[in-house]
Amino acid sequence: MKLHLRFFASIREGLGVAQEEIVIPDSVKTIADLRAFLTMRGAPWSDVLSKDRVLRCALNQQMVSADTTLLEGAEIAFFPPVTGG
Amino acid sequence: MPVRIQEQDFDLSTEIANLRSGNGSVGAVAIFIGTVRDLNDGTAVRQMTLEHYPGMTEAALQSIIDHAKGRWDLHQALIVHRVGPLQPLDQIVLVAVTSAHRGEAFAACEFIMDYLKTQAPFWKKEDTPNGARWVDARVSDDEALARWTKT
Repeated sequence: MKLHLRFFASIREGLGVAQEEIVIPDSVKTIADLRAFLTMRGAPWSDVLSKDRVLRCALNQQMVSADTTLLEGAEIAFFPPVTGG
Repeated sequence: MPVRIQEQDFDLSTEIANLRSGNGSVGAVAIFIGTVRDLNDGTAVRQMTLEHYPGMTEAALQSIIDHAKGRWDLHQALIVHRVGPLQPLDQIVLVAVTSAHRGEAFAACEFIMDYLKTQAPFWKKEDTPNGARWVDARVSDDEALARWTKT
């Protein structure tokens, strides 16, 4: 499955990546699976996307929970809890 | 447009005049303006930079306005949020709501701000004498949001 990944704020800075296109194996089905898959790249991914960090994620620009199923061609974003206003 | 993200400052009088324009049934305008403080968590703040998620931000803010309009009898709602570099004393955000009576306007204005604080994809980075730091989300913001789910 092909996905467009985006990273914001401290996550973007920690990874040194703002966005990328990725092809994931069939075994990666949910947002949580994707996060675990990315941490297997090693540092800094394993630290920045570590399960111990509180992160938010969006699928096609809608905030979603970690058990949400991925969709072909979707835009998936990872970011820290928001601090606007 | 009921939702605007912009780098430039905004003028309250102009925004309110536009919001009320020609509508004689408006009896109440409630406004919240958020501004940059020069101190946060005991550390001086020299400047801050606001980042956002273009596209998702506008959709999230519009959705918050739609929810407010579903809950209260409102005429208009406006959100203007600044991004980019900001200095202490600068205006960050304007929420303005018009309705026939003050009760709806006050409540909707607070509701919109509480949802904006926890649901809209903005992030603040502060420039302090000890270096730059990302602002952490506050537990009190989640608590403020939880009030609106109680009936």
